[in-house]
Amino acid sequence: MQYASFLIKYTEIAIKGKNRYLFEDALVARIRGALKKVDGTFIVSKNQGRIYVDTEGAYDFDETVEALKCVFGISGICPVVRTEDEGFEKLKEDVIRYIENVYPEADQTFKVHARRARKNYPMESMELNRELGGAILDRFPNMKVDVHDPQILLTVEIREHIYIYSKVIPGPGGMPVGTNGKAMLLLSGGIDSPVAGYMISKRGVKIDAVYFHAPPYTSERAKQKVVDLAGKIAKYAGTIYLHVINFTDIQLYIYEKCPHDELTIIMRRYMMKIAEQIAKETECLGLITGESIGQVASQTMQSLSVTNEVCTLPVYRPLIGFDKQEIVTISEQIDTYETSILPFEDCCTIFVAKHPVTKPNLKVIKRHERNLEEKIDELFEKAIETKELIIVE
Amino acid sequence: MQVYLDNSATTRPFDDVREMMREIEAENYGNPSSLHMMGVRSEQELRHAREILAGLLKVKEKEICFTSGGTESDNLALIGCARANKRSGQHLITTKIEHPAVLETMKFLETEGYEVTYLDVDANGCVQTDTLQNALRKDTILVSVMHVNNEIGSLQQIRELSAAAKAFNPAILFHVDAVQSFGKYRIYPKRWGIDLLSVSAHKIHGPKGTGFLYADEKVKMQPVLFGGGQQGGRRSGTENVPAIAGMARAAEEIYEDFENKIERLYTLKTGFIEELERLDQVRVNAIPVGDEELSVRVKKSAPHIVSASVGGIRAEVLLHALEEKGIYVSSGSACASNKPALSKTLMAIGVERTLLDSTIRFSFSMETTKEELDYTIEALRELLPALRRYTRH
Repeated sequence: MQYASFLIKYTEIAIKGKNRYLFEDALVARIRGALKKVDGTFIVSKNQGRIYVDTEGAYDFDETVEALKCVFGISGICPVVRTEDEGFEKLKEDVIRYIENVYPEADQTFKVHARRARKNYPMESMELNRELGGAILDRFPNMKVDVHDPQILLTVEIREHIYIYSKVIPGPGGMPVGTNGKAMLLLSGGIDSPVAGYMISKRGVKIDAVYFHAPPYTSERAKQKVVDLAGKIAKYAGTIYLHVINFTDIQLYIYEKCPHDELTIIMRRYMMKIAEQIAKETECLGLITGESIGQVASQTMQSLSVTNEVCTLPVYRPLIGFDKQEIVTISEQIDTYETSILPFEDCCTIFVAKHPVTKPNLKVIKRHERNLEEKIDELFEKAIETKELIIVE
Repeated sequence: MQVYLDNSATTRPFDDVREMMREIEAENYGNPSSLHMMGVRSEQELRHAREILAGLLKVKEKEICFTSGGTESDNLALIGCARANKRSGQHLITTKIEHPAVLETMKFLETEGYEVTYLDVDANGCVQTDTLQNALRKDTILVSVMHVNNEIGSLQQIRELSAAAKAFNPAILFHVDAVQSFGKYRIYPKRWGIDLLSVSAHKIHGPKGTGFLYADEKVKMQPVLFGGGQQGGRRSGTENVPAIAGMARAAEEIYEDFENKIERLYTLKTGFIEELERLDQVRVNAIPVGDEELSVRVKKSAPHIVSASVGGIRAEVLLHALEEKGIYVSSGSACASNKPALSKTLMAIGVERTLLDSTIRFSFSMETTKEELDYTIEALRELLPALRRYTRH
C-alpha cells in the first residue's frame, strides 16, 4: 500500500497560546530541513491546525520516517493514504481496500472518525461515520465496533483530497529546535555529554559545543571521535558549531602549580570559565554538562558546587539524577554509545590523580588557584584566541 | 621537516610504480581471463610480474600465487595446508611473536581441532633451534616462523630452523612470513628449505591490498576462496592487474644495487642506536649484547627496525609529541596499536612491565636519510625531559 502523505502530530506546542504559530512555523521549517536529505519531493504544509507532509512521485518510506523521527516537536507520525473525492461509493471502496491492506487479519474492534474540513462535502461527519462503519462491518464479518476503546481508530479526513489513516508511529516528542534559544554544551568523548546535549536540544534549545583537547596527550583520533559524536547529535539538533580549545598549556600549568589531587577540579573550573566566555560571545543563554551526582570525584555535591561557582550563566545538567545505566540506554537509542566507548584518552583522564579530592573546599581551592596568578590570564586568552571552529552538519 | 619513520606499517609507493599502475589502469583494463586481445594483454602483465618475482626468489613462475596481501597469504598458507594435510597429522608449530595474521589464524585452526605449539623466544626475540627440535612431533605437519619480526626487528635463522624440521621429518611444511623481510634480504626458498612464503607489496613501496604467496609446487594446499578458478584454482577472483604489476616493479627496484642499500641502512641504524642510548632512560630492544662492536651485533637484526623503550613516558604521548614535529613513528606495532592491549612480542622478549606501554618503533626505508635521523634524535633530546615533567601519579 502506497502512503502518499504523513500527518504530523504534535502535542506540547498546541498549548502555547498566542505563540502557537511561532512553534508551528518552526516545526514546519525543521521538518523541511530534515527531509532535504531524503530522496523524493516533499510538500510540507500547515493548515487548520494540522501539519501534513505530502509526497510527489517515488520516495523511500523508511528513510522518510527515520528522518521525521529525528525532528523534535513531533509526537506522532501517521502514514496516510491519499485519495481523490470521486463520490461516496468510491470512498467506501477506498476505505475497504485500506483495511484489507493494513489489517489483513481484519478481526479487530474499530471506530470510524470522520472529519469534514471541507464543509461543502455532501455528507456530515456523523453520517460518514455511520455509513463507512456499516460498510466495514458488511465486508469484514469478524470486525466489531467499539466506540470507547477501539483497537483501530480509523480517521477519514475530507479536505481538498481525502486522507485515510489509523497508524501512529511515535515521534521523539519535545519542542522544535530553535524555539528556546541557544546553549553551550561541554562535549567530551564520553557517554554522558552527548546524551545531555540531546536532552536539552529536545526542549527546543539550539546547541553549540565546546571540546577541550590536549595534544600531544590526546590524539587527533580522539578529536575526530568528538566531531563524530557532534554529528550524531546534529541529526536531532541541527547544525552544531563545535569550538575546539587547545587546553594543554593550562592543564600543564595547573599540574605544575597546584596540588595534584586538586588538578581535576581546578581544571574543570577553568573549562567552565572558558566555555562560559565562548557562550557569552556566541549569545548562548546557558551551559550544558553531562554531570550526574556522585558519578566520579568531580561530580560529588561538593565538587559540583565548587565547579559551579565560576559560572554566572545557568548550568543545565539534565542527567543529574540519572544512573549510569539509564544514560547508557538513551545513548544507545540515539546511537552515540558505540562511538563514545571507543578507547581514546580524553583530557580529563590523562593526569588524573589516584585519589582526587572528593570534598573540595572552595576556600582552599581558591587559595591554591592564586598560585596560577602569574600566567593564567595570558594562557586563558591564548586558549580562546587559538580556538578552532568546526561546523558539524 | 617531515620524517616518515613508520615504514614497517607501510611505505611510500615509488613514483614509477604509481605511474605504471595509473597507465595500466587507464589502458589495460581487460580481464586477464577474457579470451580476446584485451584479456591477453592483461594476462601478459600478470605473466611479466610473475617472471620478475619468481626470478628474484629463484622459483618457478607457477609457484607464485597473487593474493590481497600478507594477511591473506598467511591465511591461505596455514588454513590451506592444514586442511589439505589433515590426514598426516594435526599438529602445527609457530612462535609467540608472530604477526596476528598468523596467530589469529592458528587460533582459528585450534577451533577446527588442530593442536598448536607456540615457541618461546630468547631476550633478543630469536627462536633457538633446540626449542623447535623439542616441539617437533610425529604428527607435526607444518611449522610457521616469521623471518623478521614487525615490532622489534628480530631475525630468525630460517635455514637452521627449516633444516631441523626437515631432518626430523622431510614431509613437514615450512612456512615463512616474510612480510617484513622481503626487500631487506635476498631470500631463496628452494635453498633455504622454505615451502611457503608470504609477501606484501605495500611494505616494499608497492600498492596496498596486494601481495603473493610462494608455494612450492609439491605442496598440497586447499583453496580458501572459491570461485572462477583463477591461478590454477588456488586463489579464485579476478587478479588486481595494475597492483600486481606495481608490486613486481617495486620489487625490481628495491633489489637494484641491493647490497649497498642494505649496508647504508645498517650504518644508519647503528648510528641511530648509538645516539638513542645516550639519551636518559632509553633502551633499545632486541639487539644482542656481547663483546663485538655494535655495528656487528646490529647485523643480527633487521636493517630497518629499531624498537626503543622510553622510561617514564607513555608511548602514545611521545608518538603525538613527535608528530607535532613532523616525525611519524608507531607505538608497538601499528597493526595492533588501535586496540590498547599490551604487546605479546614485547612480553615474550621480557620487556619490563612498566616499559610495555612506553615502547615505540622507528622503521626506516631505503629513502630514510641521516639528516632525518639526526633531526629525530634532536627532537627526542628536547621532548623527553619536557614530557617527563608531567606524568600520571
